[in-house]
Amino acid sequence: MSKILVIAEHLDGKLNSATARAISAAAAVKPESIDVVVLSDAPDAIAAEAAKIEGVSKVVTVARAENKHALAAVLAPQIAKAAAGYSHVFAPSTTFGKDVMPRVAGLLGAAQVSDVMTVQGSHVFTRPIYAGNAIVTVEAPSDHPVVATIRTASWPAAGTSSSAAPIEVLSLDVKLPSHTRFVELKQGKSDRPDLQSAAKVVSGGRGVGSKENFDIIYKFADKIGAAVGASRAAVDAGYVPNEMQVGQTGKIIAPELYMAIGISGAIQHLTGIKDAGTIVAINKDGEAPIFEVADIGLVGDLFKLLPELEAAIG
Amino acid sequence: MKILVGYKRVVDYNVRVQVKADGTGVVTEGVKLSANPFDDIALEEALRLREKGVAEEVVIVGIGPADLTAHLRNGLAMGANRAIHVTTTEAVQPLTAARVLLKLVEKESPGLVIVGKQAIDDDANQTGQMLAALWDRPQATFAGKVEIADGKATVAREVDAGMETLDVDLPAVITTDLRLNEPRFIKLPDIMKAKSKPIDVIELGSLGVDTGDHLKITHYAAPPKRSKGVMVKDAAELVAALKHKGLL
Ligand SMILES: Cc1cc2nc3c(=O)[nH]c(=O)nc-3n(C[C@@H](O)[C@H](O)[C@H](O)COP(=O)(O)OP(=O)(O)OC[C@H]3O[C@@H](n4cnc5c(N)ncnc54)[C@H](O)[C@@H]3O)c2cc1C
Ligand SMILES: Cc1cc2nc3c(=O)[nH]c(=O)nc-3n(C[C@H](O)[C@H](O)[C@H](O)COP(=O)(O)OP(=O)(O)OC[C@H]3O[C@@H](n4cnc5c(N)ncnc54)[C@H](O)[C@@H]3O)c2cc1C
Repeated sequence: MSKILVIAEHLDGKLNSATARAISAAAAVKPESIDVVVLSDAPDAIAAEAAKIEGVSKVVTVARAENKHALAAVLAPQIAKAAAGYSHVFAPSTTFGKDVMPRVAGLLGAAQVSDVMTVQGSHVFTRPIYAGNAIVTVEAPSDHPVVATIRTASWPAAGTSSSAAPIEVLSLDVKLPSHTRFVELKQGKSDRPDLQSAAKVVSGGRGVGSKENFDIIYKFADKIGAAVGASRAAVDAGYVPNEMQVGQTGKIIAPELYMAIGISGAIQHLTGIKDAGTIVAINKDGEAPIFEVADIGLVGDLFKLLPELEAAIG
Repeated sequence: MKILVGYKRVVDYNVRVQVKADGTGVVTEGVKLSANPFDDIALEEALRLREKGVAEEVVIVGIGPADLTAHLRNGLAMGANRAIHVTTTEAVQPLTAARVLLKLVEKESPGLVIVGKQAIDDDANQTGQMLAALWDRPQATFAGKVEIADGKATVAREVDAGMETLDVDLPAVITTDLRLNEPRFIKLPDIMKAKSKPIDVIELGSLGVDTGDHLKITHYAAPPKRSKGVMVKDAAELVAALKHKGLL
């Protein structure tokens, strides 16, 4: 029987909702147990959140001052040690999981399955390659723990449970390196919904034309309560910060509604939105490839159409 | 300081890859191959560090079949001092690539290894981190800015929350993100000059690395297609359609 360890992702003392998506993937393995490990300098509040997620058997906390920031070089040896006795180690395929998990796999001498989309069996998974142009079925060897990152857009967040799972303190005797030091994290401050978990996302592309013009996107997004994203071209041109990039090398998201405004629909961008419920495209070029995947398309000038839309919504 | 750069050849990013009808792989016959875009960025960063006097030598590494030579020549034409070609006829997965790179690190003692954050064929995003683990050295992944001074690298990383800056002791492994730099174009005279630059050829089997622990790829499938949608004629129709779906 499988026993799965899920690595909790958190920031500023709060559990990241991507963790609950990784727990859904763990549940799909139909394991004997799903434990969540919280590595932090102050794990208690985070652990209490994790304990309430449906399907969690228990939460273990590793409290060390060195765990204040999520440094892969510091966390990986602890995770590799904590993984003893588990058949699987999962984390969300966010920049956190992508950074730390291959390091864990390296320490365990195990191959890693990146971006798990579906679970076909305890060691058989599907994952995307070539920017999602092909989906491969992979079988992980059974003589090592399965180290995997979970493509969050493919999985719903596990629900909340009526009773909280027990929380245990784990002390790990691991020597930690001092060769890697945290300097700072510059976070984009925003009162808007979080891009990765929002139900609605409005994204702007190169067609928006400038940083100043992007206000029209923000304004429309606020009108409908949406998060704001962007194409790589918009990020490269400096209209918006990097954390807003959607696509193969940015964020992979699955909102109920995705609106692409002035975005042509390059394959690398589409990779990021394949799992969106409804895709709406607004583009002045009726031949733009975005219309091949859009559920609803509207040809026209975004600067004319967005105010009209706002007015029509009322 | 010497810099080792991962220089992988992949299907060009403009190619729309097709899955073979029998599910045994993707069509690669006659398809344009190019350097992994992230590896061009890795090489560019290494060259800039050499031009700044931070590094003396830039060595590119390719792991792959015999016909990789032309690809490595491109990297040499871009400006690398020399290349190491680890030959194999098998598909190499990240753990094996990392084990191979570790062997080369032991031989070459670089002060820095720069690889792409992901190769755009398998999109694994693993090799650099695995190498750092096996080598027991720092990693700074998804780099958007790199500064080297006093035996340390200060790296700004593109993370989900924004930009994170780390200080790491050298030697270290850095993986590149898209906005680290814009790679230079190769000029014709450089291609001529590159012909005389050395390429060391090493057979993978002779390195004594464990090539086991592989994932087995059992099937390739085309992604599910989204069905073609509808076109609306104006803002009012779009709002009505979204309200009808309960999205507004
Ligand atoms: C046409 C084609 C067919 C393939 N078919 C198969 C197949 O059938 N089965 C299979 O398992 N794999 C196959 N592969 C790919 C496989 O060999 C990948 O190299 C391997 O899975 C590593 O994944 P990755 O490159 O995505 O690693 P990542 O971790 O994403 O790579 C990150 C970085 O590591 C460095 N790096 C990684 N590999 C190399 C390398 N070989 N040489 C130099 N630097 C490197 C690069 O700097 C790269 O940017 C195929 C590749 C191609 C191009
Ligand atoms: C390795 C690699 C990774 C990449 N990763 C990503 C990624 O993660 N995410 C990503 O997005 N891209 C990525 N790209 C880039 C991608 O290939 C495209 O270049 C990019 O998505 C284009 O952005 P865009 O659609 O905003 O710009 P463009 O392609 O320039 O399209 C702009 C669109 O705006 C329309 N337009 C202009 N003015 C107006 C107006 N007034 N009203 C309405 N419409 C208007 C135009 O008709 C056009 O269709 C990657 C590329 C590579 C090589």
